Amino acid sequence: MSALTLKVNGRTRTLDLDPSAPLLYALSDDLELRGPKFGCGLGQCGACTALVNGAAVRSCVTPVSTVIGKEIVTLEGLGTPEKPHPIQQAFIDEQAAQCGFCLNGVILTAKAFLDRNPRASESEIEQALSTVLCRCFTHTRMHAAIRRYAKMVTK
Amino acid sequence: MKRGTSGTVDRRGFLKAAGALVVSFSMHESPAKAQFGSAAIPGSPDGRQTDSWLAIGADGSVTAYSGKEEIGQGISTAQQQLVAEELLVPFERVRLIYSDTALTPDQAYTSGSQSHPANFRHANLALACATAREALFDLASRKLGVPVDQLSASNGVIRGAGGSVSYAELVAGRKLNLRLNPNAKRRHPSQWTVLGKPIDRPDMAAMATGQFEYVHNVRLPGMLHGRVVRPPVVGATVVSVDESSVKDMPGVVKVVVRKNFVGVVAQKPWQAIQAAAKLQVAWSAGTGLPPIGEFHKSMRKLPSRDSLMVDSKDTAWTLAKAATILKATYHHPYQMHGAMGSSCAVADVQGDKATLYSPTQGVWYQKTTGAMILGLKPENVHVIFKRGSGCYGLNGADTVSYDALVLSQAAGKPVRVQLSRKDEMAWENFGNAWTIDERAGLDAAGNIVAWEHEAWTASLGNRPGADQPGNVITGMLLGFEPAPFSPGPAQEPRFYSNNSNGIPSYVAGRVGGSDHGTGAIRSEKVLVHSVVSPFWTGPLRSPARLQNTFAHESFMDELAAHAKADPVEFRLRHLRHPRVIGVLKAAAKAAAWQTRPSPGPGSSSNGIATGRGVACVAYEGDNGYTGIVVEAAVNRDTGKVTVTRMWVAIDAGPISNPDGLRNQAEGGALQGMSRALGEEVTWDHEKVTSVDWRSYHSLPLGFAIPKIECILIDQPDEEATGAGETAITVVAAAIGNAIFDATGARLRQVPFTAERVRAALAERA
Repeated sequence: MSALTLKVNGRTRTLDLDPSAPLLYALSDDLELRGPKFGCGLGQCGACTALVNGAAVRSCVTPVSTVIGKEIVTLEGLGTPEKPHPIQQAFIDEQAAQCGFCLNGVILTAKAFLDRNPRASESEIEQALSTVLCRCFTHTRMHAAIRRYAKMVTK
Repeated sequence: MKRGTSGTVDRRGFLKAAGALVVSFSMHESPAKAQFGSAAIPGSPDGRQTDSWLAIGADGSVTAYSGKEEIGQGISTAQQQLVAEELLVPFERVRLIYSDTALTPDQAYTSGSQSHPANFRHANLALACATAREALFDLASRKLGVPVDQLSASNGVIRGAGGSVSYAELVAGRKLNLRLNPNAKRRHPSQWTVLGKPIDRPDMAAMATGQFEYVHNVRLPGMLHGRVVRPPVVGATVVSVDESSVKDMPGVVKVVVRKNFVGVVAQKPWQAIQAAAKLQVAWSAGTGLPPIGEFHKSMRKLPSRDSLMVDSKDTAWTLAKAATILKATYHHPYQMHGAMGSSCAVADVQGDKATLYSPTQGVWYQKTTGAMILGLKPENVHVIFKRGSGCYGLNGADTVSYDALVLSQAAGKPVRVQLSRKDEMAWENFGNAWTIDERAGLDAAGNIVAWEHEAWTASLGNRPGADQPGNVITGMLLGFEPAPFSPGPAQEPRFYSNNSNGIPSYVAGRVGGSDHGTGAIRSEKVLVHSVVSPFWTGPLRSPARLQNTFAHESFMDELAAHAKADPVEFRLRHLRHPRVIGVLKAAAKAAAWQTRPSPGPGSSSNGIATGRGVACVAYEGDNGYTGIVVEAAVNRDTGKVTVTRMWVAIDAGPISNPDGLRNQAEGGALQGMSRALGEEVTWDHEKVTSVDWRSYHSLPLGFAIPKIECILIDQPDEEATGAGETAITVVAAAIGNAIFDATGARLRQVPFTAERVRAALAERA
């Protein structure tokens, strides 16, 4: 274990961590954040996604030592229930969830992709979401919410 | 739950604090018994006496208690609407508490599309609310000196003849104990202002912003983290455990071994994960598994427990006279719940008392079976439901709850356990595998004159119920046995039940001298053989109903094709029930269905072929109705099937929340599509091999999803029915029928992988 400093949601936090441990555990256990979630631990489903310097990474397979000094943003870092980020608002407007467990990965993956590729085509968006799962199969609403956000970023 | 609290609440104290008007439950049977035929767990709020569904606070707030919980299906929003509607208070003023053994009635499991019928008919929560409203009006009438029929209420205030009085004033002035009044009048859907409206889910914003507390987020003071070590292969038992192999690892607190249960407790989750991976455990060889390729055939040869659901005793004779006899065999694989987040629970066992935060669908059964596992008195085990990842039935929720209890008891500290992906997928209670033979006779005019259905299904374990923790893997590893299996011949059907949808929609369903079915065919026989499964099994969204419906609705399509009849017209010819007919016609109309037989005109072309398929069902015989039309494209070269459109007509009685119903129908349609096209549990000679998302194929978010149109059929004068499992039930058959319509090739085995589609095309050619 060593004292490591992480920048999470705009705050600098020094934590006693195993540098080889995946970032997910620092976020969900040490910092008790509820956005990033353990889904598979294999980088296959997206539930653990966090933004690192604006890119969506799978925190369950990202050693914490590799993100020191980088800007880490989790789902709760985007907005709050009172003041949601526009992509969160789009999901609320579309009522795009059932159990909601996948929302973290869906929202952050879509946001990271569209922010960097505002003119992405439908099939490019599909490609970007090709390793994100939703087992309730709320796909229809999620696609609608993502399209809603895509329209905002292209404006 | 606030962080750092154990959440223990004494119901009596809670009610005292909340207010005075207590509506007790007073049916002849307990809610659990009324629904599942088993008595309520001792110690659960006694419906007839003191347990309540509702508390009206001295401050005018309304707290409702339900045994039907939110597992992502939207039922909490609908229940909150129900309470607001019946009590004439704003939606926001209702607080709903569900599935907490210290607070809520025992309503058995939240499962089987039973929440809507259980709490929205003239019983349980709905009746409690209606009873309370009438009682409040009586009180107001006396207080204001105005007859009840001249009173009206809104916002929790009753008004009449210029006077007014609030619920708070009525309750604060007087304590009441009421029994549920079976004559209390429900508000009719035509009067609804809150129920029946597409009210947004109150939990949506918290979920979208990462604030929502799942069971995975429960944190207790001093909480440790556990990890279980499951056997490497099916049937292996512990020979020895070398605790010294992990004793020097950082953070390791304890190695726990109880019979064949092995687990590790550590300070941090990553430490527990690493220690569990490193722990040296010697296991015996496994018991072996039957070859996967021959499994369906092998089920037929195993000793079976048989049940006869209908038997007109003349099918052999009728078939012998038929102009044509058609036979087909359908296979459905084991499939898994495959929760998005692996299952998690947090337990705090201190001495002779235990508190469990669990995503279980049955808190009362976790209480009794958890007590068995801990050797504690059930009354000392408090189970609090906390939402997990969507479960769709018996996923790892119950087993991980036992894991947490055992590890917490051993460590003497609160312990959180989350399963690994592999432990979730290899050891959950899979949805059963099925092999189904269908046989029917057609007369010279192409009408069905007889239908025989004979099915084989393999099962082991199930939901634990009140006293069978061995029905899931942790219980078995601890030495509890799964529910015993005894082979035996079928008895004459004594009563009619189509709970499993074994009986096709098209037969008369004659039992005890009268017809109970939804169809017209009078010569009928349905026989089911249950055999022992090598894997744990349990209910997976639309259990048995989905597999039976896949066979029935595919076979119906084969019969229609043989009769050169249009598949919709052919179904209508054999149906009698207006609600099945209603959903079938509604789906066909929305899809602009063109009347013609299958396969369609383009079926002999090369390249991409498109077709349409139809299916319908009366879910559980009478608990919800769905008709579906799908349009699909089949790539003849690759065998890839792409569903392009879906029209889903759904009838769940009076619509409680149209947006919630639509969400269930859309999700059910796509989940059904994923199960039809890709999902299949696989294994080798000793273990399950579909243990992650590369080996178990769930359609990801990123694909060209079909456009789905839902047709919601409101039935204000019917009783509420199930809604969560109806749409998924018909999808596989409809897709298979569309493939046939497109290509003339018939898929009789789920999932319809590209390889199987190519094989069917080759057979056709």
